Amino acid sequence: MEFQDVKLETKAYSLYYGDFRALKSVDIQIPRNAITAIIGPSGCGKSTFLRTFNRMNDLISGVRVDGDVFIDEHNVFAMDPVELRFCVGMVFQRPNPFPKSIFDNVAYGPRSHGIRDRAELAEIVEKSLRGAVLWDEVKDDLNKSGLALSGGQQQRLCIARALAVEPDVILMDEPASALDPVATLKIEELIQQLKREYTIVIVTHNMQQAARASDYTAFFMMDEDRAGYLVEHGPTQRMFTNPQEEITERYITGRFG
Amino acid sequence: MSEGTARPTTMTREDVTFRRLVQLAVSQREETSRAKVNLARRHLIQRAAFGLLWLSGIAAVAILLAVVGYVVVQGAKVVNLEFLTTPPAGGLATSDVGGMSTTIVSTVYLVFWTIVFAGPLGILAAIYLVEYAEEMEGGSGLVPIIVSVVRFAVEILAGVPSIIFGLFGYALFVSAVALGWSFSLRSAAATGACLVLPVIIRASEEAIKAVPRSYREASLALGATKWQTAWKIVLPAAAPGIITGIVLSVGRVVSETAVFFVTFGGTVRAPDTVFDLSSPGRSMALHVYYLAMETRAFDKAMGTGAVLILTIILINLLINIVSRRLTAKLKGR
Amino acid sequence: MRKLVDTGIRYVLFLSALASVFIVFLILLFTLREALPAFREYGVAPMLTGTVWRPQEDQLGILSMIAGSLLVTLGSVILGVPLAMGGAIFLAEVAPPAVREIVRPAVELLAGIPSVVYGLFGMVVLVPAVRSTFSVPGNSGFNLLSASMVLAVMVLPTITNIAEDAIRAVPRDFKEGSLALGATRWQTIVRVTLPTARSGIIAAIILGVGRALGETMAMIMVIGNSIRMPGPLSQNPLTLFLSQARTLTGNVAVEIKYATGLHEDALFATGVVLFILIMLVNGSARLLIQRGGAE
Repeated sequence: MEFQDVKLETKAYSLYYGDFRALKSVDIQIPRNAITAIIGPSGCGKSTFLRTFNRMNDLISGVRVDGDVFIDEHNVFAMDPVELRFCVGMVFQRPNPFPKSIFDNVAYGPRSHGIRDRAELAEIVEKSLRGAVLWDEVKDDLNKSGLALSGGQQQRLCIARALAVEPDVILMDEPASALDPVATLKIEELIQQLKREYTIVIVTHNMQQAARASDYTAFFMMDEDRAGYLVEHGPTQRMFTNPQEEITERYITGRFG
Repeated sequence: MSEGTARPTTMTREDVTFRRLVQLAVSQREETSRAKVNLARRHLIQRAAFGLLWLSGIAAVAILLAVVGYVVVQGAKVVNLEFLTTPPAGGLATSDVGGMSTTIVSTVYLVFWTIVFAGPLGILAAIYLVEYAEEMEGGSGLVPIIVSVVRFAVEILAGVPSIIFGLFGYALFVSAVALGWSFSLRSAAATGACLVLPVIIRASEEAIKAVPRSYREASLALGATKWQTAWKIVLPAAAPGIITGIVLSVGRVVSETAVFFVTFGGTVRAPDTVFDLSSPGRSMALHVYYLAMETRAFDKAMGTGAVLILTIILINLLINIVSRRLTAKLKGR
Repeated sequence: MRKLVDTGIRYVLFLSALASVFIVFLILLFTLREALPAFREYGVAPMLTGTVWRPQEDQLGILSMIAGSLLVTLGSVILGVPLAMGGAIFLAEVAPPAVREIVRPAVELLAGIPSVVYGLFGMVVLVPAVRSTFSVPGNSGFNLLSASMVLAVMVLPTITNIAEDAIRAVPRDFKEGSLALGATRWQTIVRVTLPTARSGIIAAIILGVGRALGETMAMIMVIGNSIRMPGPLSQNPLTLFLSQARTLTGNVAVEIKYATGLHEDALFATGVVLFILIMLVNGSARLLIQRGGAE
């Protein structure tokens, strides 16, 4: 699938854990300011693929990559990973706020990057919390510990924290899987709002979520060697009503997975 | 019914079954009673054994009360405000007059400098071992070897008896004419630092390892560097464990005698200020030893010993309070 | 700029970690350097087998001290291990929670009491008691028995702590299986729990032995510090424990401050012998555990 306005791109990208190939030659283009969902059965490398874009896989020893990954035409592996993470933020499966106050959680990113002015930080914190639709709920006590919030609030706090860094891309690894249905819905609404300013890539094992919340969907599968590969990629509407590959159709209709 | 009446030449099936049942019932009753006797015996054995076990448990408490109780009671006869604030009078041989004030001061200074030397060193080493070394596991072969060597060295240090540390300190710091340190606060603190370094490294390592991985990942994903993550996220989260290690070391320095016996000197004069590093001195524990062995002033020895014990108890309480409060803060309360 | 700071910090951390290695190296270097002349001039074998220690007359045999250390350690094991094991089993299997809340902190507190205080208590209370209880000529109260008692109390917390952990680590399934078969709790402890925890218990005891071998000040205060080979005071061989003695550790501490020349070197040599002894003990512990685990 070819796009006009590409934010992220991979070309013949493979990833190895030692000798084991986890991802096989992925060619994909992620469009700007849209929500791309990545779906597929467990173990097919969705999270590993997601973590490519902010080079979190570097943290695992023995990881080797092949091929190219680009953000806005820049080679991701030629950049300083710390700088890359200024542009590409991540929200994890389990909410993981720091044992600090709400304010300090959100301000952590900007502070690490050198912003010290209290007024400026306060502005950023408010903007980010509004962006994550959490401001109204916590504005009265920003000094409360981040751990004292409910699960759904904690996850929105983590989203606010990621927003505070002002990235272009937000990667989400099953952001709602640890939350109850009400909180999940809130997160999905939030994502819809965010796509206006950010490029969002979201890994999900919940197909209904992919179907209702994303613009584009990429379907990954595992081959006989347990390597993950991209089967099909296209507008969500089309993927779910008229998939081009047979495997895609079988997965979507729930015949396996 | 008499036995002489005619008996059937063949037994009916009912007879056989009945017989078997009777045999079974009789033998079961025997077994039951055997089992019963056996069970009663086993219960008796258990009761005796558990009685002994209870005695052991009580004995431990009794010994504690005996030792602590005796020393504190005897010491209380001697300890008062004057005792605590008056220096021991006379030189090495006749310090049976006066109090113990200078020994308290010397102990405080000794603890201070030992922690200053060993604390940062130990914590930084622990950070390296946990945070930086692991990432290189797959990489060049040199670093993992270095890490194993360091861990092995820490293990050895933890097992060395204190008198050997004393010998080492004596040879390296006290005897070395070129260094010029002689018996002094410096020599004692430096040697003490070697002694407690493994304690601090171990406690810090454990505390740092216990910090959840998700915190680090979140921090790195936000664009922080490894050091920023370690300094601002990991260390604060590991603080209770690290502080516990430090307070444990403080307790160690206060109780230790052999190490400082050969490095601190024996004079009852305390260093003038905390920065008077070249001055020799006498810690509280050393004072107890000298009073008992050389001066033979057992009453003062008991007094000093009582103060020493109470200090240790306070330090232990401090460990509990500090770690509980900090852990609560981490849980969001 | 940030890169530079980062690299700098990495080196600082690396050097901090190396400090431990450096210290061990220094310890080995300096102790061996001082000890070597004694070994070379006097000879290792004569030193280890000689029973006469009179440095003024160039007699540097430390066998009496080796005997002293080993005997007092043996004594502390005989007195202390049963009590410690009893305590460990008590805490792990028998004590109700309320009692545990008292006994466990008591044991931990025992561990925290400074050795000089134990020595002082020994001097003032135990030594006179031993002297008056066993009225054998030559018994001053300062002897292996008093020292063994003091040492037993000092190693008790170490052994109890680790043994208790080992016993607690035995899976519940084992215990429940045994009870379900009609065994009593005591039988379960003896036949199932303790054998399973065996390697941990042995480790605990060996660690206690290591601790006992390394104790210095408390020993000096109650053992008498005589330089003669310990021997029975009367026909009864058990009066061996009423004999005065000196430990390797005591030998070092008592004389180091005024020793010079070969005498001083010999004291360092004593330290080296002690160090090797403790390493052997710890090493054999590890071997025993590995073998026990493999079975």
